[in-house]
Amino acid sequence: MSIINLLKIAFRALKRNKLRAFLTMLGIIIGVAAVIAMMAIGEGSKQSIRSSLSGMGSNMITIMPQSNEPGGVRLQGSSIQTLKLEDITAIKKLQSKNINGLSPVVSTNGQAIKGGYNWPTTITGVSPDYLNIRQLKLQDGILFSENDVKSFAKVCLLGKTVIDNLFPDGSNPIGQIIRFKNIPFQVIGVLVPKGQSNFGQDQDDIILAPYTTVQKRITATNYLQSIYASATTEASSAAATAEISEAIRESHRLTAAETDDFQVRTQAELISTISSTSSMLTVLLTAIAGISLFIGGIGIMNIMYVSVTERTREIGLRMSIGARGQDVLMQFLIEAILISITGGIIGVVLGVSSAYLISYFLNWPILIAESSIIISFVVCAITGVFFGYYPAKKASNLDPIDALRYE
Amino acid sequence: MEQKILDIHDLKREFVMGDQTVRALKGITFDIKAGEFITIMGSSGSGKTTLLNILGCLDKPTEGSYLLDGVDVKGLNRDELAGLRNTKIGFVFQAYNLLPRTSALENVELPLFYNKTITAEERKERAIKSLESVKLAERFDHTPSQLSGGQQQRVAIARALVNHPVMILADEATGNLDTRTSYEIMALMQELNAEGKTIVFVTHEPDIAAFSTRTIMLRDGKIQKDSINQNQRSAKEALANLPESDDY
Ligand SMILES: Nc1ncnc2c1ncn2[C@@H]1O[C@H](COP(=O)(O)OP(=O)(O)O)[C@@H](O)[C@H]1O
Ligand SMILES: [Mg+2]
Repeated sequence: MSIINLLKIAFRALKRNKLRAFLTMLGIIIGVAAVIAMMAIGEGSKQSIRSSLSGMGSNMITIMPQSNEPGGVRLQGSSIQTLKLEDITAIKKLQSKNINGLSPVVSTNGQAIKGGYNWPTTITGVSPDYLNIRQLKLQDGILFSENDVKSFAKVCLLGKTVIDNLFPDGSNPIGQIIRFKNIPFQVIGVLVPKGQSNFGQDQDDIILAPYTTVQKRITATNYLQSIYASATTEASSAAATAEISEAIRESHRLTAAETDDFQVRTQAELISTISSTSSMLTVLLTAIAGISLFIGGIGIMNIMYVSVTERTREIGLRMSIGARGQDVLMQFLIEAILISITGGIIGVVLGVSSAYLISYFLNWPILIAESSIIISFVVCAITGVFFGYYPAKKASNLDPIDALRYE
Repeated sequence: MEQKILDIHDLKREFVMGDQTVRALKGITFDIKAGEFITIMGSSGSGKTTLLNILGCLDKPTEGSYLLDGVDVKGLNRDELAGLRNTKIGFVFQAYNLLPRTSALENVELPLFYNKTITAEERKERAIKSLESVKLAERFDHTPSQLSGGQQQRVAIARALVNHPVMILADEATGNLDTRTSYEIMALMQELNAEGKTIVFVTHEPDIAAFSTRTIMLRDGKIQKDSINQNQRSAKEALANLPESDDY
């Protein structure tokens, strides 16, 4: 019996029962479509979180204050005042090859005013290194210098949102004077827009100024909200973290018994934490979808069993005109595989198009991995063989006389 | 010069059901020569179907020998029996056993699908020829539900002919049909027989047996009578003599 003949026989048998074949397929179609759409959504969000996190600077190291008194009142990080400019000096003194950028961060909220326009925003006092660390770029103008830092210069860089609100007429802000909390700042540069962060923050609603100016003229404090540094390479970020910790502990004069009163985090850590969370989500979604694929397989088995019983006379006839047991086995097996593979193809098309529809209408990031298509396809074929085998075996073992006589 | 198509000797078939043994055939001996048109007669339960199933290689005897076209059937396994059915035998059943929602042509093609040596074109060509020989060529695309009982049985006969079998086996092939249609089928059988086909036709109706050349009478699993039909009746003439009012 040639395989072409078997295919033709199985195909004709399915054609005789189009509706039933389709209903059987439906389980597979929905299962495969669900697996592909779920994996596309899961992978898509993982990818987009990853890329936006590394867009913030994948070598970035963040140092935040932290309470080290276990029994004491736990305060929010920003209200703990353990980080000082001395810590910056201590880190600088290391002259480490692993660290290539360092900036304090002092920020405060307030009203920015230009002429008749005003806008509530945040001013952030930083050193010139900050732009490289955060991967910010200048679109226009110049960066403030170390000299500006030393001289408490009242200069600033503006993000797009601030410009849009203070210069709605579209005039060039460079060289203009704006006021923040009544302190005049000259605009010397404009930042390249970054858009929204993953967490929905507007990253362009930003004013950068020398930290000395912000500390002296606006906040009138000498502690820092945080310190940003950048490691030379992603690989050296662990070494850099250790060095920074050591330097700050020394500058804070912590004894070996005392725990850190600060926290050092690398961006690489954050990326791996978040992407492992979203990996878990992908696995979960895919598992749920996989279960529906499995149920689709059971549907095939169910229908194939029913159809073996229903088609007992057909099987008897085929045997009486010369079909061998294995011909009947192959026919039913191929029918099951045709159903599952056709269902698989339709499922892939449906899954891919619903993933695109989701990304189009809901604006969710999607990523259709080839592997997800290949995997669900292979699973489909295996489902067909696995769930089709027992009914097919049952059919092939029928006795032709009994089968012909079956009512 | 007459060639033996089939030769059985002391054939027995017993069915074991629990602690009971049903002896359906109790020692049957006869042979069939090429070109014979044999009817097997007998009351219900006399063993006609059991015998025909063994002749058609669907079943194996408990005892006795069976030579089909020179092949000893006794030593063959399931697959080899299937091969014999495919190449040497054409079955016609009482219930037609056509595949539903499948065209006459595809139904007739079916046996050739299980024969590797036949190409797709050859298959179609032979199926059409076969349908022509039962005078249904113009209905090749009709499905069974679009055909009358007599036409369905003619499709089944075309299916039995398509593999050029050494003999056609029919089990009560006219059992579901009215007299006129039965006679039409018998006329067709006589035509095929005249072309040289060997036919073994099981029936319990004596007027059907009258169309054959030889009648084997079974009773309780044994041959009661095995006689040559001296004056074979022509089904064509019988058809012509049927009263006009007969509905069909
Ligand atoms: N598969 C079977 N199992 C048990 N007994 C059977 C089987 N097939 C036939 N018989 C018995 O064998 C006898 C002959 O049956 P069968 O050949 O069908 O008769 P007929 O076709 O002449 O009416 C009957 O008594 C029947 O009950
Ligand atoms: Mg019978």
